[in-house]
Amino acid sequence: MGLGKYVPATSSEQQEMLKTLGLSSLDDLYVDVPQDLKVTELNIPAKQSELEVRRHLTELADKNTVFSSVFRGAGAYNHYIPSLVKQIAGKEEFMTAYTPYQAEISQGILQSIFEFQTMICELTGMDAANASVYDGASAAGEAVNMVVGRKKNKVLVASTLHPMTIETIKTYAYGSDVEIELIPEVNGRIDQAALTTLLTKEVAGVLVQQPNYYGLMEEATEIGEQVHQNKSQYILSVNPMAAALTKTAREYGADIAIGEGQPLGLPMSFGGPYLGFMATTEKNLRSLPGRIVGETEDVEGNRAYVLTLQAREQHIRREKAKSNICSNQALCALTASIYMTVMGPKGLQDAAYQSYAKAHYLAEQLTEIPGFDRVYPGEFFHEFVTTCPVPAKELTEQLAKHGILGGLELENGLLWCATEMNTKEQMDELIAVIKEVCQ
Amino acid sequence: MELIFERSKPGRYNQMIPDLDVPEVAIPEAFKRESELHLPEVSQPDISRHYTELAKQAHGVNDGFYPLGSCTMKYNPKINDEMAALPGFANLHPLQPLDTIQGALEVFTESEKLLGEITGMDHMTFQPAAGAHGEFTALLMFKAYHESRKDSKRHKIIVPDSAHGTNPASASMVGFEIVNVPSDEAGCVDLEALKAVVGEDTAGLMLTNPNTVGIFDKNITEITKIIHDAGGLNYYDGANLNPIMGVVRPGDMGFDIVHLNIHKTFSTPHGGGGPGCGPIGCKAFLKEFLPKFYPVATEKGVEFTTPSQTIGSVKGFYGHFLVLVRALTYILYLGKEGIPEAAHNAVLNANYMKHHLEDLYEVPYGGICMHEFVMSVEKIKKDTGVSALDVAKSILEHEMHPPTMYFPMIVPEALMVEPTETESKETLDEAIKVYRQIYEDAYKQPEKVHAAPANTPIRRVDEVGAARNPKIRYEFS
Amino acid sequence: MAFPKELKYTADHEWVKLSEDGKTATIGLTNYAQEQLGDIVFIDLPEEGDDIEIEDSFADVESVKSVSEVYSPVTGEISKVNEDLDDAPEKVNEAPYEAWIVEITNISEITDELLDAEGYEKLVEEEA
Repeated sequence: MGLGKYVPATSSEQQEMLKTLGLSSLDDLYVDVPQDLKVTELNIPAKQSELEVRRHLTELADKNTVFSSVFRGAGAYNHYIPSLVKQIAGKEEFMTAYTPYQAEISQGILQSIFEFQTMICELTGMDAANASVYDGASAAGEAVNMVVGRKKNKVLVASTLHPMTIETIKTYAYGSDVEIELIPEVNGRIDQAALTTLLTKEVAGVLVQQPNYYGLMEEATEIGEQVHQNKSQYILSVNPMAAALTKTAREYGADIAIGEGQPLGLPMSFGGPYLGFMATTEKNLRSLPGRIVGETEDVEGNRAYVLTLQAREQHIRREKAKSNICSNQALCALTASIYMTVMGPKGLQDAAYQSYAKAHYLAEQLTEIPGFDRVYPGEFFHEFVTTCPVPAKELTEQLAKHGILGGLELENGLLWCATEMNTKEQMDELIAVIKEVCQ
Repeated sequence: MELIFERSKPGRYNQMIPDLDVPEVAIPEAFKRESELHLPEVSQPDISRHYTELAKQAHGVNDGFYPLGSCTMKYNPKINDEMAALPGFANLHPLQPLDTIQGALEVFTESEKLLGEITGMDHMTFQPAAGAHGEFTALLMFKAYHESRKDSKRHKIIVPDSAHGTNPASASMVGFEIVNVPSDEAGCVDLEALKAVVGEDTAGLMLTNPNTVGIFDKNITEITKIIHDAGGLNYYDGANLNPIMGVVRPGDMGFDIVHLNIHKTFSTPHGGGGPGCGPIGCKAFLKEFLPKFYPVATEKGVEFTTPSQTIGSVKGFYGHFLVLVRALTYILYLGKEGIPEAAHNAVLNANYMKHHLEDLYEVPYGGICMHEFVMSVEKIKKDTGVSALDVAKSILEHEMHPPTMYFPMIVPEALMVEPTETESKETLDEAIKVYRQIYEDAYKQPEKVHAAPANTPIRRVDEVGAARNPKIRYEFS
Repeated sequence: MAFPKELKYTADHEWVKLSEDGKTATIGLTNYAQEQLGDIVFIDLPEEGDDIEIEDSFADVESVKSVSEVYSPVTGEISKVNEDLDDAPEKVNEAPYEAWIVEITNISEITDELLDAEGYEKLVEEEA
C-alpha cells in the first residue's frame, strides 16, 4: 500500500517499474548521491490525514482576529468582492495551468491576460500594459530599472510614497547601483520648490504616488510638467480604485503608470499574493519588463493570442535582461479582470465614489471630536491623517476590543481609511467609541 | 472566442453594493477623470459563460498530463485551497496589531522549521514572491555579506552554462559580472574549468542540483568546497528540489543559501503563470542580512524583527502568505514519510519514461536521471526535418501538455520531460505510446508532424507577426 | 550565397562599406547572419550623435526566440541611423546588403580584423 499522499503508484507497480529499469530498490535510483550525505529520516512531524491537517490549519486561522469593521488601508484595502469573482477564479483550469507557452491549448489563459492588459490600459490611460508583476512595491522597483540607462542613473522618489515601496525601491537600487534621492515633503505633499532644484541632468525619472501615502492628492500635473521640462521620465503610482474616478496617469502626463492591484477583487490576505501592474506609452513598450500577450493569427487566419516580445526576457537575454522576472501574478490578474467585469464601469466608479464620500464623512465626524484634527490640509481621496489626543496605540487597542480595526498609527497621528464596506452605522459607532475612550 | 469587450452592451449593470448612505461630496474639477472608462458591461450569466469558455481553452494539470520540465507540474491538492480561503487567513489586514495575527505568524515560523529541516538551512524569509525574486534577494545578501567583511573585490558570480536564464539575469540585477562554466560530458560542472575561474573576485556560485539535464552532480561537495576555499558563497537554485527532498539536503551539500519554488515542489497552483512563492533559507552566519519583517517566536508570542544588517525589503509586506498556507498544508499532510515518498516516485516515473523512449529519442546525458531527463531531437531533425517544436506540437493533439522545449541551451533541439510523482503508470504508458507514435510519424509522414496540431481550438500561430507589429490591447472604436 | 566583393566583413557577420577616405563606414548584417537569426522582429537602434568605440555594441537585433548584439568594427560617431528598420525590420531578411543599420563618421580607428569577401566566405563555410 502506498501512503495515500497523491502518489498513485502501488507497491507492486513500483516493483514492476524498478524491474523494468533493472533496479531492485528505490534507493538504487540515488546512486549518484554520496552515501554520507543521505538523510535517514527528516525531523518533521509524521504524516497526518486530511482531517487532522484541516483541524490544525483551522486552529491557526482561528487564532487570528478578523475585524468586521476596518478603517485601515495603508497599502491594503477592504473592498467588496462579488461571489462570481471567487467562483470563476477558482476554476481548476485556471488554477492548475502554467505560463501559456503552448498557445494552441492556452487560448483561455492568453485571452484573459490580453483582456487584463486592456483593462489596465483603460484605468491608466496608457497604450500598453504587461501581464502583471509581483506587487505594487516591486512594480516600482522594476519601473526604476526601466528608466535608468547608461547616461542617466538617478531617480527621484517622492517621500510621500508608501514607506514599504520606498524601502523596496532602495533595496532594488542597492543591487543595481541606481542613485535614489527622496524628494522632501511639505505639509504631507511633495515640496515642488525642492523638486525644481533636484531636477538635474542625471535624473532619469521621477516617481510620485497619487493619491499619496497620506491619502492626499498631489499636484501631479504640475509635477509632471517639471519632470518633462527636465527630459526625465515621469512614473506615477496610482490606486486603481481612485483611477476609475480621477484623472488617469496619462492625463497627469505620466510616461509609466504602476500600482498595487489588490483593491481590484483580491482579499487582504495578510499582505499577499497581490498584483503589481505596469503600463506605459507605445514608445516605452519594448523596455516594459514581464510577460506580454499579443494578438495575432493562426495559420488558418483565426484570431489568436500568444506570448510576445519575448526577446526582452531573461530566458533569452540572460545576463543582459533588464529584469529577471519570470512568473507573473496571472491568477491575481484574472481575479482583477473578473472583478472589473462584474463591477463594470458604473459599479467600479460607484465603489470608488462611495469610498471617497465615506472617507469625507468620516473625516468630518472625526474632526468634530476635540483633539482630532487633519494633520495635512488639502484634497484627499479615501485616506487621511488626523491627530490623536490620547496615545494612538491606546486608542486602537480600545477600538480592537469593539471589533474595529482603527486607523494606522503614524508618528504624528492616525492614518484612516474608509471604503464602500464601511456603513454609516459602523462609522457612527466608531465615533461613539472614540468619544468614550477620549473623554 | 469573443473578447469580454465584444460581449459588452452599454447600460448592462450588476448591482453589488448598496446605495450611498452618507452625504454626497463633489470631486474637485482639477482631479476629475476626463476620458471615458471602457470596462465591460456584461450581465452575470454572460460573464459566467465567458470565463467558462476561456477555462475550456486552458490546459491545466487538472486537464491532463503536463510534464513541463523544470516546472514540476504536480497535482494541486484542493485542501490547500480551502485552507488558504479560511477567513482567518484571507481576510487579515497585513498591518493588524500583533496579538491579532499570532496564527498567521505561526504559519511563518512553523513553515520555517519544516522547510529549514527539508533544506538543511537555519533561517528562512518568506518575502520573495517567486523563485527569480528569491535569487535576487539571495544575491543582494551575497553582496551585503562581502561588503560587511570589507571584501569589495568580489564582483563575479559563477553560473554553469546549463543554468536557468533567471540565474544570470538575477546576478546582473545585483551588478555582478557573470562567469559561465562549461559542463563536462556527463552534463555536470567541469571541475577543472571551475578551478580555473575561481579567485579573489569570486562572489559566489549559483547551482541547481540535480541540474537542468536531470543529473545529480556527484561532485557536489567538491564543487561547493572549491567556492568556499576561494572565499565565495554557494547558492542553491531550488527549482529542482522535488526529486531529493527527504533524501539529501542542500545545506549538507555545502550551500549557504537556497531558494524554493513553493509552487513547484510544494504543490501550490501555478495559476496560469503565478503567483509563485520563493522563500529563501540561509545558514546562521547570514541571518543578519535577511530582509526585514523576519518573524521570531518569543515568550510573548511571535514578533517581526529587523535583522541588524538587513538588505531591506524586496516587496511590500511579508510575502505570498496565502501560497505559503497551501504549502504548509501539503507538508503536514505528507509528513516525514510522504516527503521522501514523493521524491522517490518523481525519480522513478522519470526513469521509467526515459527507459521507454531513449531507444528512439537520443538522451545525450545518460545514466539514472532524477526528476527529469532531456531528449534531443537533433538526429530526427537531420533525418526527417521534424524539429523539437514539431514533436511538441504533435503532442498537443493528444490532450497532453508537451515537455519544455529548447532548454537547456546546451542540448540542441531539446525536449525536457518531468512527469512528477503524481502521475500514474497508466498515464506514463499512454504518453510513451504517443511519443513513440510521433517518432514513427516523423519518419513515415513528416508532413503530418509539421502541420500539427490539427485538432486544437486554434492551429500554430504567427509569432513573428505578433512581435513585429505588437497589438497588446483591445482598441475601442 | 552572395559575398559582395566591394565590402569588408567582420567575424561577427557584419558587412562594412568604407568610404574612400576611410573616415565613414556603413554597417549592416550579412546574408549568413540574417539566415542564422531567422525572422527579425525588431532592431533596437542607437541614436544619432552617439560616440562609439571598436567592439562597442550599438544595436540589438531580435528574432522571436533570440537576441544578438551588433558590434562596431570602428571608433567614431554615429552619423546616420536607418530608421526605416523601426517599422520594417524584415528588410534585413529580405535584402541584407541594402538594409544598412548605421553610418559612422569621423572614424579614428578601424579594427585590424576586417576580412575581405574571400576570407569571410571561408569563415562562413567553416561555421556552417
